Amino acid sequence: MKRALLLLRRRIISSIPVLLIVVIFSFFLLESASGDAVDAYLGSIGGGDAALIRSLRESYGLDQSVLARLWLYLSSLARLDLGWSVAFNRPVRDLIVERLPNTLLLMGSATALSFGLGSALGILAGTKPGSLRDRFLSIGSLIIYAIPSFWLGLVLSILFSVKLRWLPIAGIETIASGKTGLSRVLDVAEHLALPVGALAFIYLALFLRIMRSGMAEACKLDFVLFARAKGLSRSRIVLRHVARNALLPLVTMLGLQSAAMLGGSVVIESVFAIPGFGRLAQEAVNGRDAPLLMGIIVTSAVLVICVNFIVDLVYAALDPRIGASEGRA
Amino acid sequence: MTIADISRRGLLKGTALLLGTTALSRIALAQDVPAGGRLIVAADSEPKNLNPAIVASNGVFFIASKVIEPLAEASYEGSDGLAPRLATSWEGSADGLSVTFKLRDNATWHDGKPFTSADVAFSALNVWKPLQNLGRLVFANLQAVDTPDDHTAIFRFSKPTPFQLIRNALPAVTSVVPKHIFEGTDIAKNPANNTLVGTGPFKFAEYKPSEYYRLTRNENYWQKGEPKLNEIVYRVLPDRDSAGAALEAEEIHLAAFSAVPLADLDRISKVAGIKVISKGYEALTYQLVIEINHRRKELSDLRVRQAIAHAIDKKFVVDTIFLGYATESTGPIPKNSKEFYTADVANYNFDVEAANELLDQGGYTKGPDGNRFQLKLRPAPYFNETRQFGDYLRQALAAVGIDAVIVNADAAAHQKAVYTDHDFDIAVGPPVFRGDPAISTTILVQSGTPDGVPFSNQGGYVSAELDKIIAQAAVTVDPAARTDLYYKFQQLVVAELPLINVAEWGFITVARDTVLNVSDNPRWAVSNWGDTALQS
Repeated sequence: MKRALLLLRRRIISSIPVLLIVVIFSFFLLESASGDAVDAYLGSIGGGDAALIRSLRESYGLDQSVLARLWLYLSSLARLDLGWSVAFNRPVRDLIVERLPNTLLLMGSATALSFGLGSALGILAGTKPGSLRDRFLSIGSLIIYAIPSFWLGLVLSILFSVKLRWLPIAGIETIASGKTGLSRVLDVAEHLALPVGALAFIYLALFLRIMRSGMAEACKLDFVLFARAKGLSRSRIVLRHVARNALLPLVTMLGLQSAAMLGGSVVIESVFAIPGFGRLAQEAVNGRDAPLLMGIIVTSAVLVICVNFIVDLVYAALDPRIGASEGRA
Repeated sequence: MTIADISRRGLLKGTALLLGTTALSRIALAQDVPAGGRLIVAADSEPKNLNPAIVASNGVFFIASKVIEPLAEASYEGSDGLAPRLATSWEGSADGLSVTFKLRDNATWHDGKPFTSADVAFSALNVWKPLQNLGRLVFANLQAVDTPDDHTAIFRFSKPTPFQLIRNALPAVTSVVPKHIFEGTDIAKNPANNTLVGTGPFKFAEYKPSEYYRLTRNENYWQKGEPKLNEIVYRVLPDRDSAGAALEAEEIHLAAFSAVPLADLDRISKVAGIKVISKGYEALTYQLVIEINHRRKELSDLRVRQAIAHAIDKKFVVDTIFLGYATESTGPIPKNSKEFYTADVANYNFDVEAANELLDQGGYTKGPDGNRFQLKLRPAPYFNETRQFGDYLRQALAAVGIDAVIVNADAAAHQKAVYTDHDFDIAVGPPVFRGDPAISTTILVQSGTPDGVPFSNQGGYVSAELDKIIAQAAVTVDPAARTDLYYKFQQLVVAELPLINVAEWGFITVARDTVLNVSDNPRWAVSNWGDTALQS
């Protein structure tokens, strides 16, 4: 426990420069694009006159120099203030707090599903490499991995919502239903079934393949031979000895994929009209809403750092050698 | 929800327990729908300011027009194409210095306060004139609003202002907001801009960002027997393919503003229970326009512009890009504007040979690669059709030896490149005709607009004669004389081609058969929907 806290403190300190670099780099990246939030807004409302345009730019501080705006942003960020969204006319923090839970729910469910099912199928495939079962699972996973998530999302919604009408087509819950408690939980679960399925499907293939190769490799190691020689049961060898070792690269991948999944949710959230973080990012880009986009980037960076920290802890728990070396350093 | 669905769900219950329970909860919901009904509509955008008195745009009107009403609305039958709303009659003085409105005496705000002429005076002087993107122009010379009694408002202008213009602007620029809520506050930042209080048939009930807007029935609406519906829910569906699927799945009743892509219309029109309606957008005509940068030497030559006009097959554009849901343009004023349109203008028929000849005459000979010169072409990103026309234009120009290089950009970058930086040779734009040429049409060709003003004369075209006509029309009080000036305006624009009008289009509404009274006025999607009903 003490070791974990020590690790946490070190992580927080080391991630500050990382965040700073992310913020400054993305700020200039955004700045280098032609046009600003007022340009995007004027296009959407069908125009206005010169005085109106000037006053809009002034009210958003867009008439100031780039460096002045960067300084203003960094100093407000230091006070944990994420600024004001131009496109939504609301504080960025409120928007993020509102949307993040939906995306975490979507990502969390999809990760749990793809990780759980992927590693289970990977064990099935990896214990008998080259068998018919293995070949079926491996080829199937390759095909799934090649499918773009938006296409899968559309196909699933046409099949299950339009044709069969088993599941709702879009949204996070039934609109203005006034449901509470368990019925609301069920309602949300029903709405999330398709998007979670679409998102999890893609990653399932990835986890399956990594688990499979990890299993196949670990099977050949000496300690497995030894365990077999000891006369341990087959299931005990597979689960306690082989799978535990094969899980390590999978956990590493989980950390790396958390960032990719955040990106993948942009597409899924837009196809299924889920008010999440990914869609917020898309709306911020469309509206050239720099403060909102910066807030999203900062939050995503923090999120990825957190996930990686958790992954490290899990890693240490799975493989005591790693934790020991961290503690000494 | 149809009977077939329910039985299908019942069947399912037996086969799959989990899916069965979820299906059951959906049946229970269907029974909760109150009499009068809840209309569920697709919304593809969420305006950051929902107040139509400040932001006069179709995205805002789509939702706000049910809550906040203008003085008059567009109408197929009414005189001058108008139907009364908060005003019952309107009359302009002969000198163009005043307009008198008689106001409804039985209208109340949603918070119970009576609607009076003070609200109209406040809205006009404190909101439309100083703050609204279109009202700033229409009411530029508004000096005072007299309120001799609670139901009379007399607008007084410092300079003669054509009554014809004011009348044509009524539906779009005169949304009345309550004085008692906005007075003494920073109007642009008042939270009431997003939780509207109006006099309309529906009250603003709830907004859940990125999920829905909910409007509920106003029991005390001045028009007896309206509204028919109990609720309107705008469901935010950003993905265009989802809107069509949601209609098919009966999760929404209606998608307006071509939310269902044109390419899907043929298929969806064959789905039982769904109708495709192209009526109801006549007063919101969009125009497909080639914007020309006259700073570019070749393009300042009239022969080149005429050659470009000859190179375009308008019929092909209408049939292929708009799949027939558009009309060929003859000039800067659309055919839907019966009051101002004239067909008596020059005609540039599709004629590649004539185009080549004109270019040869101008001395723009073809090089060894078959090209005469190169142009930077920027199609506006707002519609599929503007981008597709960009692709077509490139090919049409290649046929006459002009090499157009397409530069695509998102909305913000396009706005800046074309309207501020003038970094284009030709652009494809979709301006809107808003009932009167003085509102947002003459600005497209008038000289002297500052840089950065969108949908204006970004090409730097200057014609003293055209400017004179525009200035004259702006102060001509007599409607016949004013209409005449706009005939001349059209003839001159088509002769000189400061820009090239290619096509004009309205949008498409796709609705379930159960929705009644759809598209019964020329601004239907942005009108109050008081008589819209759901068949039970």
